[in-house]
Amino acid sequence: MKFSNAWLREWVNPDLTAQQLADQITMAGLEVDAVEPVAGAFSGVVVGEIVACEQHPDADKLRVCKVKGHPEGEMQVVCGAPNARTGIKIPFALVGAKLPGDFKIKKAKLRGVESFGMLCAQTELELGDDNDGIWELPEEAVTGTDLREYLQLDDSTIEVDLTPNRSDCLGVAGIAREVGVLNRCEVTPPAIEPVAAVIDDSLQVSLLAEDACPRYVGRVIRNINIDAETPLWMQERLRRSGLRSIDPVVDVTNYVLLELGQPMHAFDLAKLNGGIKVRMAEQGEKLTLLDEQEVELKADTLLIADEKGPLAIAGIMGGLDSSVTKATKDIFLESAFFSPLAIAGKARSYGLHTDSSHRFERGVDYRLQEKAIERATQLLLDIVGGEPGPVHVREVTEAMPAERRITLRRARVSRGLGIQMSDAEIVEIITRLGLEKISEDSEGWTFLVPSFRFDISIESDLLEELARVYGYNRIPSISFEAALDIVPRAEAQVAQSRLEQTLLSRGYQEAITFSFIDRDASAKFDPAVEPVALQNPISAELAVMRTNLMAGLVKTLQYNLNRQQDRARLFETGLRFVPGNAESGEGLQQERMIAGLIYGSRQPEGWSGSKDVVDFYDIKADVEAMLAHYEADAEFTFAPAKHPALHPGQCAEVLRNGKSVGVLGALHPELQKDYDLPKAAFLFELSLDGLGQAVIPAFTPLSKFPEVRRDLAILVDAEIPVGQLAETAVEAAGEFLTDFNIFDVYQGKGIDLHRKSVAMGLTFQHPSRTLNDEEINAAVDAVVSQLEQKYNASQR
Amino acid sequence: MQELQSLTEQALALVEKAGDLAALDQVRVDYLGKKGQITALLKGLGKLSAEERPAAGAKINEAKQQVQEAINARRTAMEKAAIEEKLAKETIDVTLPGRGEEQGNMHPITRTLRRIEEIFQRLGFTVEQGPEVEGDYYNFEALNIPAHHPARAMHDTFYIDPSTVLRTHTSSVQIRTMEKTNPPLRIICPGRVYRCDSDVTHSPMFHQIEGLVIDEGVSFAHLKGCIDQFLKAFFEADVPVRFRPSYFPFTEPSAEADIQCTACGGEGCRICSGTGWLEVLGCGMVHPNVFASCDIDSEKYSGFAFGLGVERMAMLRYGVNDLRLFFDNDLRFLKQF
Repeated sequence: MKFSNAWLREWVNPDLTAQQLADQITMAGLEVDAVEPVAGAFSGVVVGEIVACEQHPDADKLRVCKVKGHPEGEMQVVCGAPNARTGIKIPFALVGAKLPGDFKIKKAKLRGVESFGMLCAQTELELGDDNDGIWELPEEAVTGTDLREYLQLDDSTIEVDLTPNRSDCLGVAGIAREVGVLNRCEVTPPAIEPVAAVIDDSLQVSLLAEDACPRYVGRVIRNINIDAETPLWMQERLRRSGLRSIDPVVDVTNYVLLELGQPMHAFDLAKLNGGIKVRMAEQGEKLTLLDEQEVELKADTLLIADEKGPLAIAGIMGGLDSSVTKATKDIFLESAFFSPLAIAGKARSYGLHTDSSHRFERGVDYRLQEKAIERATQLLLDIVGGEPGPVHVREVTEAMPAERRITLRRARVSRGLGIQMSDAEIVEIITRLGLEKISEDSEGWTFLVPSFRFDISIESDLLEELARVYGYNRIPSISFEAALDIVPRAEAQVAQSRLEQTLLSRGYQEAITFSFIDRDASAKFDPAVEPVALQNPISAELAVMRTNLMAGLVKTLQYNLNRQQDRARLFETGLRFVPGNAESGEGLQQERMIAGLIYGSRQPEGWSGSKDVVDFYDIKADVEAMLAHYEADAEFTFAPAKHPALHPGQCAEVLRNGKSVGVLGALHPELQKDYDLPKAAFLFELSLDGLGQAVIPAFTPLSKFPEVRRDLAILVDAEIPVGQLAETAVEAAGEFLTDFNIFDVYQGKGIDLHRKSVAMGLTFQHPSRTLNDEEINAAVDAVVSQLEQKYNASQR
Repeated sequence: MQELQSLTEQALALVEKAGDLAALDQVRVDYLGKKGQITALLKGLGKLSAEERPAAGAKINEAKQQVQEAINARRTAMEKAAIEEKLAKETIDVTLPGRGEEQGNMHPITRTLRRIEEIFQRLGFTVEQGPEVEGDYYNFEALNIPAHHPARAMHDTFYIDPSTVLRTHTSSVQIRTMEKTNPPLRIICPGRVYRCDSDVTHSPMFHQIEGLVIDEGVSFAHLKGCIDQFLKAFFEADVPVRFRPSYFPFTEPSAEADIQCTACGGEGCRICSGTGWLEVLGCGMVHPNVFASCDIDSEKYSGFAFGLGVERMAMLRYGVNDLRLFFDNDLRFLKQF
């Protein structure tokens, strides 16, 4: 909502500058976006009158004018505007004038002819869009008057960004009411007298969708002069509110919309067939709108129609065929109440948003219609003349919005707001806002809500009104008091931040990528899954919900490689969205994941670092470091696995007690190629919930007896996973094995081509005595024999 | 005894001359060893009279001790020199950087989220999370935003299907928490939210933290106190805070909180569009309809809620000047935090 400060001051005039007023209403909840001057900065421009106009002797396009308006008499001005002619009044910038952009007018010579000043177009004064020639002012403008004074340009435009609840302020009248309340001063609306009918003509109106339109006021006006010009003061007010002057009828309806907040519409009476029917559309009916687009109407759309068909989409936009044109003689004025529910969302569904729909969907005062139509008639008669018919009101009283009464309890004011207000102040604020006090008792008061406040229906709404007018910043700020209960927190719960810290210490940077990705990328990383798609994505690149976090990390890697980075360690946490399965009846799974990616050299480039690049075992160590927080080494295993995005020979599943909790491996070489990655990238993705809880440590007494270590080297077929050998060995070694590690794996020269050598170290210790050689030998023999039996191993 | 004198001098000269530990040891063997020349003089003592013997013996022992001490001193000097030489050879350039992995950095959004979480956790708030693909009910209906409410137009919602959306705010977690937990409640709900809007100042995905306090006797003055203290704690400064009436369907009264512009100190600049104030969060008293959706008695309990944009807080705190940087994940950007 944009309005002129001077216009508002006619209604209410507190002793405040425009900026102070803007600050005041901002702090009352009507947020002012801008306070701007209504015209460019200029001075020395007066109303001029061309009294003679002759062709320039040496230039086809120039004219030499004699112009009145200078205090010292007629001046000669050379002008290039095609419309310069004798008898018109125009803005005349005198010698010494300053135009917007700090442009100074000086005496000049144009092709040999002296010129004393300049005749101005609207654009040259930043007073409008018209650049076709010099601006022709109305005849009654008094020659010699300063233009700023004549147009009252020492004014500002105030633009308010209203919240959707404050539809009552979508007109100067509403803003004025608000300003009156805040300053406790009188509001003086213009006098709006009923205009008596001089003809009997009226149109039959049928309300066929009474919930959507319970009230419709209409009036016929005949014999108007559509060629009349909208007066400059009205054009200026419209311009200062951001609207262009179109024709006097449209200008008047727009003026009433800005002044009172009632959207109106004028039909060309000659184009109407029979009476007005306010009804719902039939699916598929067609209507060409004022903006010349033809729309196919939906059944949920409220229409203004006649015998032959649709005339307008109610409360949103009129139709082209029935609109007022240069040929119009008789009009039918509409001033109606359409229910917010009937209009909300409808304009948007046709890709429209109009001043009218904006107001109706938020709520237009349902008692305003007659006043608005009288005001419009009065203004129209002044401009275009004509003979008004009677105001015809149709109302379905039962379908009108219900009257709202609210009880405000005195105790609630201090309890809810934390302030003490006197009864007198409470009642004064609320009644100034337009509510009517109906009754009062020891507990509080009951108020009747006015028809223009759609946002007030419960007691809390009144608390807000009180706080707003009292001033939010006068309410004290105090600490709240609460019971200090100890909030239990499970030690076994591994905080996500601990895993993150582990990765940070291992050189990872945290990334945050979008949760929606490209459909193609999704298909590459997870071809078997149909991802959850957005109905209205921003772009094809952000169209489906990610089913894993890996795609985003690989894209981030690519982004950085394109910016001269050649090493990256990245991780991200967040949800992945795995679609449900209709057959199993399982819904969408939104799983919390932690995922990482490493790429490039194993160590940051440095004076001593190796140039080796990362491989599977680097990322596995990172995963193991995170798993260490769960203190459940024995429960986690890694098993060879397949994943569509990962290298089939370098991919492992992470299992806890046999249940999959994540995956790690090399990015599939085909994807590596797709993303133009010169080297292999390694990825992991773990389910934060799947990882489960940590095992709380239980102390084991330390043995005082010596430990004994035996090393064992065996040969097995190359494809046998060492993990399996280790598992078998640990199991066979018996209860006194305290430590086990693999310290060498070798394949190549000196051993059978298909075999590999695995060296393992076994450490034994007894808690309460020294183990003897026989016991240890027996344990080692058991390991060897199990490995022989199960894996055809031979000792080296 | 002249012999003793000259042997001692010889030995001392050789000690002085010895170039290494081996040569020094040879001097010891040659003069002081079992068959050493000075030791041999002791054997000659038998030829002396009983009166002369003690004095002569004492002299010889004195000479032996003198030579031994010289040897010891010389050895210590040699060893010290050797150590010094070794240490000198082992000297490295300590100005070279350390070896190994660099420390990574938390994303500035996470860093900001965690700071905010910590501030509230000290006040006994617990952290709650919820789904991002959310039912229309939790995102809108239960928050007093029925279908076709004009406020829905403020949200630019991403739809999955007509009744499922990407949550437009973390306020949905309020409802889920109130449904399962009885008051009193003090929670904050951090997370990703989504709006169908993308330009220089809007990202289709961003982060919010929602806070909710429900107890008996909670008033608007408590809301103000909590927000005021939080903002001062976050910015670690006594920043002026002001409250303006605003509108959210799920709170009544509703407010926006502004802080005095951190860039210009309230003078008015480009960052605050000349107003001297920066809008940082929305808040209000929980709307009775929201309580009703969750079966909480609004006659007994009252509460306040607030929601803030994490990106905005991070931008103000760290001086980041472009929202898009947060989601480009440029390593040169990430490594700055």
